[in-house]
Parts: sequence; C-alpha cells; structure tokens
Amino acid sequence: MSRRDLVAGATAAAALTTLPAGVRAGTAATDKPVMATVNLTVNGQRRELELDTRTSLLDAAREHLHLTGSKKGCDHGQCGACTMIVDGRRINACLTLAVMHQGAEITTIEGLGQPENLHPMQAAFIKHDGYQCGYCTPGQICSGVAVLAEIKAGIPSHVTADLNAAVTASEAEIRERMSGNICRCGAYSNIVEAMTEVAGRQS
Amino acid sequence: MKFDTPAGQNPIDQLKVVGKATDRIDGKFKTTGTASYAYERHDVVPNQAYGYVLGAGIAKGRVRAIDTAAAKRAPGVLAIVTTLDVPKQGLGVMNVANLFGGDEIQHYHQAIAVVVAETFEQARAAAFLVKVDHAPGAGKFDLAVEAKAAKPVEGGSGEGSGGGGEDRHGDFEGAFGQAPVKLDQTYTTPDESHAMMEPHATIAAWQGDTLTLWTSNQMIAWGHGSVAKILGIPKENVRIDSPYIGGGFGGKLFVRADAVLAALGAKAAGRPVKLALTRPLIINNTTHRPATIQHIRIGATRDGHITAIAHESISGNLQNGRPETAVDQTKLLYAGANRLTAMRLAHLDLPEGNAMRAPGEAPGLMALEMAMDEMAETLGLDPVEFRIRNDTQVDPGKPERPFSHRDLVGCLKRGAETFGWNRRNPTPGQVRDGHWLVGIGMAAGFRNNLLMKSGARVRLDPAGTVTVETDMTDIGTGSYTIIAQTAAEMMGVPLDKVVVRLGDSAFPVSAGSGGQFGANNATAGVYAACVKLREAVAQRLGINSADAVFADGEVRSGNRAVPLGQAANAGELTAEDAIEYGDLSKKQQQSTFAGHFVEVGVDADTAEVRVRRMLAVCAAGRILNPKSARSQVIGGMTMGVGAALMEELAVDTKRGFFANHDLAGYEVPVHADIPHQEVIFLDEVDPQSSPMKAKGVGELGICGVGAAVANAVYNATGVRVRDYPITLDKLLGRMPDAA
Repeated sequence: MSRRDLVAGATAAAALTTLPAGVRAGTAATDKPVMATVNLTVNGQRRELELDTRTSLLDAAREHLHLTGSKKGCDHGQCGACTMIVDGRRINACLTLAVMHQGAEITTIEGLGQPENLHPMQAAFIKHDGYQCGYCTPGQICSGVAVLAEIKAGIPSHVTADLNAAVTASEAEIRERMSGNICRCGAYSNIVEAMTEVAGRQS
Repeated sequence: MKFDTPAGQNPIDQLKVVGKATDRIDGKFKTTGTASYAYERHDVVPNQAYGYVLGAGIAKGRVRAIDTAAAKRAPGVLAIVTTLDVPKQGLGVMNVANLFGGDEIQHYHQAIAVVVAETFEQARAAAFLVKVDHAPGAGKFDLAVEAKAAKPVEGGSGEGSGGGGEDRHGDFEGAFGQAPVKLDQTYTTPDESHAMMEPHATIAAWQGDTLTLWTSNQMIAWGHGSVAKILGIPKENVRIDSPYIGGGFGGKLFVRADAVLAALGAKAAGRPVKLALTRPLIINNTTHRPATIQHIRIGATRDGHITAIAHESISGNLQNGRPETAVDQTKLLYAGANRLTAMRLAHLDLPEGNAMRAPGEAPGLMALEMAMDEMAETLGLDPVEFRIRNDTQVDPGKPERPFSHRDLVGCLKRGAETFGWNRRNPTPGQVRDGHWLVGIGMAAGFRNNLLMKSGARVRLDPAGTVTVETDMTDIGTGSYTIIAQTAAEMMGVPLDKVVVRLGDSAFPVSAGSGGQFGANNATAGVYAACVKLREAVAQRLGINSADAVFADGEVRSGNRAVPLGQAANAGELTAEDAIEYGDLSKKQQQSTFAGHFVEVGVDADTAEVRVRRMLAVCAAGRILNPKSARSQVIGGMTMGVGAALMEELAVDTKRGFFANHDLAGYEVPVHADIPHQEVIFLDEVDPQSSPMKAKGVGELGICGVGAAVANAVYNATGVRVRDYPITLDKLLGRMPDAA
C-alpha cells in the first residue's frame, strides 16, 4: 500500500465518520451537490441553512445570509479580511467549511456594532482613521476585538518575553498578533493607536 | 468654470470645515461592514448567477481547443463562454493586452473562459472540468537578457510622468567628463504588484440592450467608454457604478477581464452574473509595476554643486506597452546645467506592465535618492546639506519656468530637526543597540501635481440638505469627506447637512482617482458647481449674489437672514459645473515635495532589517483634511517599506509568469513590519493649482521613502545594496563582524 493510498483511505474513513446528519452522499463532480442542514447562531440569531457542503463559512455568511461585512480578499487564509469570531476565537472564515460549525456561536462585524450603535473598537477605528479603502477593516476590527480578549485571557504570543508575567496590550504584542490581517492601504500605525486606546479603556 | 488666473480670496479660505482634521463621513459604514463593494450588491438586481474565470496556462502562443462538454453537464451550470467563442475584443483606455476573445495568448493567466452556474461552488467545480489544449509559443521573459535589445522609447505613465526617448539640456558628457567628483552606478527595481485587498469584481446585468456593471473601478468615465468600446455597444447603453472600491493603487484605473467576462457571461446565461478574479489569478491576469534597470551618473564640483546629471532607465513590456517612466523626476528635482534623461523599452511577454502608485517616480526615486546618498558620502557632505545645496526654484531644463511653490528645503530642514538627524553618525556600522546595528537615512520625495477637468452636480432641498453627485471615486483616499467638506464650506452648512454620492457613470464626469490628482481637481469641480448653486440661491431669494454670505445654514445679505433651504421651497435647486484649467501649469511647474527620514535596526547576526521610526514632512499645498491626508501619506510610506525590503514578483524566466502570485508568496508589509509613523504637513497654499489651493498627497508618501530605508540600512551596516528589495541574503555575506 502506497502512502497515497493510505492518505486516500484515511480521508475516506474520516469522511464517513464525520458526515453531519442530513447529508446526502455524492462523489463525482458531475453529480448533484451534497447538501447539508447547518444550524448556526449568528450575531445572536439562530439561523438554519441548507448548504452545499463545499460552502465556506465565509460564503455562508456573504452569499446565503447576505452578511457581506466579512470580506473575501484571498479565499486562501492569507489576508485576514474574512476574520470572524467563532465560539469566542477569531478564525479565517474562508478556510473553514460551514458544515464544520454546527451549533457554533458566530460574531461577524455586523454583530459587533451598527452605524448608529458602534462598538468601541469601531468608534476607535473612525477616530484614529484606522482604515482607508475599508475592505480589510471588518477583519481588522474583529481581529482587534479578539486580540484584546486573548491578551486579557493571558494567552502568550511569539513576542511575549516572560511567560510567567501577565501579558499586556503593548504595541509589540498588538503588532505581532494582528499580523495575519493585511492592510494594503497601510493604516497599521493608526490601527495600533485605535487598539491601544480601546485596550486602555478596557483595563 | 475656467481657472486661468491664480486663485484670490474665496469662501474656501474661511477654513471653517475645509482644512480641519475630520473623521471620514463613510467611516461608520466601512467599520460596520455596511459599505457594499462590487461583489456584495445583493440589493441591486435579483437572480444573480455566479461566474468563475479561467486563465491560460501558457505565457505565449495559442489556444488550440477548449473542451467544455463535461463542464456543461455539471450540475448548476448555466453557460460557458470561452475565448474561442468570441472574436478578439477591443481594448479599453490604457489597456495593452487583449482582455478576452480569439485564440492568441499574450500573457500567462490571460482570461480564456468564464463558467456561469447557480452557485459559486458549482461554477468553481465545473471550471475544473474544462479541458484546454494550449499551443505554447516561444516568448521573452528575462529583462536582464532583453535589456540589450531595448530601444529608445518616448511615452507617459498615463498618470502624468513621461518624456522622450532621450531628453538633453547642455552637454552632459562634456560636463560629466570634467567633473572632479563623480558617481556612475546601476540600480535595479523588481516587478511589483498592487495587491489591493479587494479583488477585481463585477456584477453585470443586461436589460435588453442596456448593460449595468456594479464594479470596482477608479476611473468611471474611462471605464464607461471602455466597456462600450470593448463590447461594441453605444455608450449610452452602459452604466457603471462603483461607490466603494477596496483599494486600487492604479490596478483598477482601467477595465479588466472581470467586467468583460461578467457582461459576456450574463448575456450568455440570460441572467445577471457576479464574479471576482480569484486571488491566485490576479497577479498574472492583471497589471503590475514593471521592473527597471537604472543607470545614474552624477558629476559635481568639490563643494557639492551638481554640474552634470544623467538618469537612464530600461524596462520591459508587451508589444505596444509603455515604459516605466522612472527618469521623470530627475528632470526637475535638482539643479545642474548639463542633463540627460533617457528611457529604453525591451519587449517582454510577461503580463502587462502598467501604472502602480506613483508610476515612474516610485522606482525612479528609489534609484536616484540612493545615488544622491552615495554621492554625498563621496563628497564628504551631509546628505541633507547636499540636497539643499542643489535645490532649484526653476525648472532646471527651462530656467525661465519657475516652480509655482517649492519648499523642499523646508521639508528637509524640518524633518532633520524633528527626527534628530544631527545625532546620526555619518560613518556606517558604528551604532549598536544590543544585537541591532542601528542606522538612519533620508531621501527627498517629489511628485508632480496634475490638473484635470472635473465636474460635479449639487442639489439643494427645502430641508437645507446639499447633495453632491459626481463620478469621482473614493478608493480609500477620503474623497467622500473632502467633497462634503468643500460643499459644506461653500454653502455654509454643517458637514451632516451634506450628502455625497460618488462613482456612478450617470453623474458628471470628474477627474477620477489616479496620479494623486483626485483630491484637488474633484473638490475644485465641486467648488465650481457650488459657485453656481450660490448664484441660483441668491437669485431665488432675490439677493445680490455678490453680497450674499452663506453661513450657519443661512443666507445673509445686509439685515436679512434666510434659511438656506428656503431657496428650494418652490422646488429643488440644481447646479452643475466643472473646473477647467488654462495654462497656469505650463507657465509654472506645479509639484509636491517631501523629506523622508527612516531609522532601521539590522540584526548583527541574521541581517534581518526592522524599521524602527519613520517621518515624512510634506509640502503639498493646502491640506483639505489633515486626518485622511496623513493616512494617505503613511499608506505610501508603508508601501515604500514593502518596495525597499520585501516586494518582488519572482519571474519564472522559462515559463514566463510571476511564480509568487498570491498574498502568501508576494510579501507586503504587515503590522509587525511597520512602526509608529509620523507625518508633518508644512502650512502652505498654492493659488496656482485651483480655487482649493491644494495639491496631491496620495502618491507623495511613497516617493523617496524606499531610498530612505535603503540609505538607513547602509548607515547601519556599511553594506550598499543597489538591487531592490534589500533582503537579508543580499546583506549577510557582507555584514560587519558581529562582535
């Protein structure tokens, strides 16, 4: 048995054991799509979706729930524009399938705050001009909110020098943890200022 | 409104709204995810199908056949249009390579088919069932090799810079030969990608013979005409709408394959179609900043006065492509009687080279300002002093033509003082901070100010709300806000009484966004329309428009004060006008200036470069909104750090494509790469530029900063790297011994 056969076999076995309820199996690309019922709590609302199992969590939000605040910059986990907060942790929603998140609690940028009811991080981004074209902005803000929560929870990063001391929201910690969110307009200096202000208010 | 004499006192000079640091009026939408970009317009038309674009797998040759049989049978597929189904389509404004149609392949990942299906997942899956039979041809892909056959070329960037194949003043060779101090060096800059965060995307819908495109485009009027021309339909049958644009940097100046394929796909499917270029397709399918090989020679007297300066650049492009205009700034930046600038162009079959943020000046200053640093060292002069000594207040090639306003010296002096330049050790490799070698460097920044006709329409309703409509775009530049500030200042209303609507081809044609010409021209167009609206208001209210004062939501004349909205009681008032320019910019040179200062640390063991501090001091006329203008400048500085230290499209010279064609392979600066950045705007106005007295800043920020980083690396290490980007492999073997 070659390594390739082994991997293929393992993948098939994994698929058999993890298929969600309601999946109607199919194999070749010319067959009908495999559909699944996916239940999510999005921004506090229970949502039930009938989805092609190939649908990313990002496309479930953007194309099916019409929550287009989460952006598709690369669809490959390279830019961070799709960042959502799933069960309290930030993830790249383009790199995960919706069916993998049955029952999950999801917060998107629309759930953090609205134009007339801004989240403190959204207000700080406006005040410090932490954006320009706006396309990476929802991802930066979701990441920013989650980063401050990670620091508060004492989760260390690559630049945390002392693992025994409390982690602080220093500029170095913020820059390190935010580096998965690319801003080609180059608003980084302003984003750090916005996050520093919010972190100061939180502590 | 014709602008042909310098601006006198006008309502903008009140500076009640204009000139104040102002939060963006679109900020609450962008930060809450409620600003809708091209692909997200679920609201505009029902029943949208999904398109997926395929790119050619060869760089040159032909497509012999495309087998779509299996793909057509795939579930959900509505239509497939291949490049063999349609004749070669026409070119739009500034396009060089064919966007779609016919069997000829001009570059890798050229669009060759669009698959339209009910869902994105179905379109993508079906696209992988399309079988393409390519007939590869031989191509030229290596600039270093083809440079030998490069021919002199005249041309422009399409964004203001340009020139002849060879421009001369005085006797360069003679003066250079006799100069007691000389520099003669060659510098290279690599191919770079815009890498804007929003992919090129379009929703297309046909209603009979009329087509609407919700797309992402910097220049609506160019795009409007181009779509009509490419598809062969009358212009009046096309509408383009781009209210939000997720970055462009020149990559969305023109129509690209997404717009053409959405239109053709929608026609074939009989349904609206939405599609976006996938990220791995963008870099080779669209345009890039071409690589350059730049030869610079400077001759000077022993006391540091330049007597001879030559800047020659070679770049490559497709047939009929333009050169990278990297020598343009060298015509104007420094004094010197004997001058030569020249451009040569090599034929390459790589993807299309075209405008990217400050085309010409960005790579040109990376070379010129490193050469100036080297020359200053040879002369034993401080680099700031060397530049000040060679300042010129006139066009050095045409001394009868002064600059309208030039304070480069002010930028350099203020920058040096603020940054602590006097603490710099001029001997490289001397300053240590732990395991870091620390250096500081500087460079001058320079970019011309361009004047372009720009129109707008303003409406006044009985509630006193002023609505501005123009096809101007906001690509992150802050257009919404400065246009609102302009209208508020002119009509005497607070900012929240102004509504700004942008990016629709149904609105008056504006300058658009490019070449840092957007802010000054677009707001001047709004100024012109508001002057007309003020006249209409005065007339409606029976007030002499010459004494009317527009303030605090009222129109005042003598003892009379009337709410502004009252003028619209009998019906909405509308005024439309455009700013048009005479020859002021021909008589006097209009440019913008900067001093860039950078501190870097270079790891003594690994040669890793980290930027520690950055400062830009800018002289760019009146700054309309210091908050968003500062962001434009720090954005340019950030992109300049990328150009200096990491950005490089890796050319596969055998197969003819950019190998690192996504955001993991093509590295751009991230948070961890960028320190706190400081920007100072010199307090100045330029009455020659427009009634706004403003100039551009959007590209000034990137101009020169790359060289300032490079010069700081040299100051830190004593290693001069003349081939950008300055990656650690180029430093490592030459680093001072780590003590």
